[in-house]
Amino acid sequence: MNNVKFLTGGQLPFCKGCGHVAVAQNTEKALQKLDFNPLDVVLVTDIGCHGIVDKNFLTHNVHGLHGRSSALAAGISAGLSNPNKKVIVFTGDGGATIGMQHLVGGAHLGFDMTVVVHNNMLYGMTGGQPSEFTPCGFKTPTLPEGSTKSGYDICELMLAAGAAYVERVVGIGDFSDSLARAFSTKGFSLVEVMEICTSYGVKSNPGMKLPKLVEEAGWKVKVFTEAKQRLFQTPQNSNPTSLLSEKLEVEPKYSGAISKPVSIMLSGSAGEGVQLAAEFLARAAMLSGLYATKKGSYPVTVGVGYSAAEVIISHEPILYTGSPVPDILAITSADGLGYARTAAGRMKGGTIYIDQSLDIPQTGAETVVIPFREKVGAQNSSLYSVFYMVGSQHFFPMEALRDIFMANKISQRVSVDIFMQL
Amino acid sequence: MHPGKTSLAFIDGSRLITESLVRAGADTFIGYPITPANLLYLYATKRYPTMLAAPDEITTLQWMSGFAIAGHVPVTATSFPGYALMLESINMAAMFELPMVIVLVQRLGPATGTATCGAQGDLSLVHGTLSGGYTLPTFSPSNLNDCWDISAKALHTAIRLRTPVVLLTSKEMVMTLQAFDWSHLAEIETLKVKTFSGSDTYIPYKVDESLVPDFMPVSQNNHAVRLTASTHDTKGFLQNSTPEAIENTKRLEAKVTKHLQEYLLFDLDEQAGAQHLVVSYGISAQASREAVRQLRARGEKVSLLVAKTLLPVSRDYVDIANRYERVVVVEENLTGQLRQLLFGAAGRNGLSGVNAIARMISPSEIVDEVMRKF
Repeated sequence: MNNVKFLTGGQLPFCKGCGHVAVAQNTEKALQKLDFNPLDVVLVTDIGCHGIVDKNFLTHNVHGLHGRSSALAAGISAGLSNPNKKVIVFTGDGGATIGMQHLVGGAHLGFDMTVVVHNNMLYGMTGGQPSEFTPCGFKTPTLPEGSTKSGYDICELMLAAGAAYVERVVGIGDFSDSLARAFSTKGFSLVEVMEICTSYGVKSNPGMKLPKLVEEAGWKVKVFTEAKQRLFQTPQNSNPTSLLSEKLEVEPKYSGAISKPVSIMLSGSAGEGVQLAAEFLARAAMLSGLYATKKGSYPVTVGVGYSAAEVIISHEPILYTGSPVPDILAITSADGLGYARTAAGRMKGGTIYIDQSLDIPQTGAETVVIPFREKVGAQNSSLYSVFYMVGSQHFFPMEALRDIFMANKISQRVSVDIFMQL
Repeated sequence: MHPGKTSLAFIDGSRLITESLVRAGADTFIGYPITPANLLYLYATKRYPTMLAAPDEITTLQWMSGFAIAGHVPVTATSFPGYALMLESINMAAMFELPMVIVLVQRLGPATGTATCGAQGDLSLVHGTLSGGYTLPTFSPSNLNDCWDISAKALHTAIRLRTPVVLLTSKEMVMTLQAFDWSHLAEIETLKVKTFSGSDTYIPYKVDESLVPDFMPVSQNNHAVRLTASTHDTKGFLQNSTPEAIENTKRLEAKVTKHLQEYLLFDLDEQAGAQHLVVSYGISAQASREAVRQLRARGEKVSLLVAKTLLPVSRDYVDIANRYERVVVVEENLTGQLRQLLFGAAGRNGLSGVNAIARMISPSEIVDEVMRKF
């Protein structure tokens, strides 16, 4: 135990008789018992009467948003990742209500911090409205008939969430040992300090005694759990490597044979390799010394619905990566036809390669019907459409596409030969 | 063959943004996954020294603030729904004066809109993020090269000015794969936050002529740190509205505008004799560049201004625009958000916009608008 001051010694900014005074004083005493120094401590406060006490603390102080102090403190704790630092949160029952997810998450993940909930069962700063912690029968200025529902039992909630230490105390007298036990716990600890607001709680509930109120509310004053070992470890990627790997480069090996930029759309179904096929097409173009872009279009659903991709290949750098009217369109499924019908309708020339199972959309393009799905199966139909169009359109040698295919692990389970046979 | 270059990389903007931010000094990524910012999250798992998955976007911004208070420089990536949740916490981080970068990948709104459809609909939102008319420095990359340069500038600005910074981009910029010559990418300087080195008492919000206070992390034990999201004096004590506290709050805007010329980035491609100016940013800038190329190929005279530093709104942009009889502002939103920021509700003679939602604006639309008799 030391005698180091954690409080400035000035008058605390609370109403006469307010339990917040006892919390501040017991916090100082608990920290002294544990032999902390002020700058070992980061006090994170919240919005509410309790929060303005930070000006009286000689610790590091961070005064944040209503209900978010537990999340802010979790970030500080994880960012510090220092067992010699003590991160303490002061919040109220209102803040605990707003930030319940942060409390549950903090307990669940085991951030090294202590939350002290100042539960005076109402919103003291805004006129005495009931909070989610207001017990049944408790009256407030805006609820003079009394609450008809029970209040949250934050201790039981934290117990369920996996907190390392949880205790409820009645905020009268010396409860510094309770706070000290929480402060010395590694991992997430929470102490709920029961109080009664002298301005609104006492006046609205004359004669009511705090211990009796707590008992009648069914809130047990006890240690709910202690000494659990669940401590958040801040992840450290000790060897992050550059994302600019040379493996991403494509060294030209062949020559492209296009006379102007070509815009190609592949339209099929999710899960049928459309995006991969488009990427192969673009990479093969680059292998042939061309510039290429590949833009994907798909709904938010994963694994169902359409999947489309737009590829542009060009001898010159490509500025605009959109292609509202493709030169070449490959449609390999009914989903794909649904998506590509508008683009097909805009085409006044060019070629549409379409699976034989589909109806021919209205278009000014030449249409070529191919049994993509029948020949290679639905899963490879888009890839086949790319091989087919390269073989027909001669943008660049088929070998370029073959090389790209063979460099991908898909070549281990699908023979390239089925695509090379037109 | 590509002139003078044998190999091109096939990459997306997310990769360049991530690598640039880390090289510039970011050491932590905290995020909640959202389309179309997914790739930034994915790359973060591989590239940042620390990467944390947060349970929601409010927590994201709070954890980021906590990490920044502990001395780190965090980054997140999100889209409108996530940014909307972050709003109050971004205000907090601005009041704490914490360096961080928020990559906002725009998608089609309102509300959840269409997650997989790009947009440029959030400039007005970002402009109004901070209550009271204060500004978050905001950048927007216009091509892959900018994803490299502008991201680093965004991170450096966050560190130098101790403020949250927004990197405003959109789906196609961060997801579309492009053949890209990266051999010319500039070296990126790694910056650290300037910390207090005096021997006297540390006053958290005391400033010199730079208007940027020295930082101290709570990891050290020499000086008490006091950070307050509410109106506060230079010592960090909560105040109602004392003159000192109000001056301190006004300084948040003053520090951002005072240094604007240090981070004002734009491309100005002027053609002698041109009376038409195309103005654009972000994903629509490439369509604008292509449109200008086509117009010039037809013998038309036209100039192009691509804004990369969007906020604070630079008077330079208005001055440049006012040299032209016709100004066409190109952006992928309904009402022309940059146009309104530059010229207000009154507009000016010869001003028009090319706007679209749910699709990219094409060069031909821009060409048509420039050629339209006005």
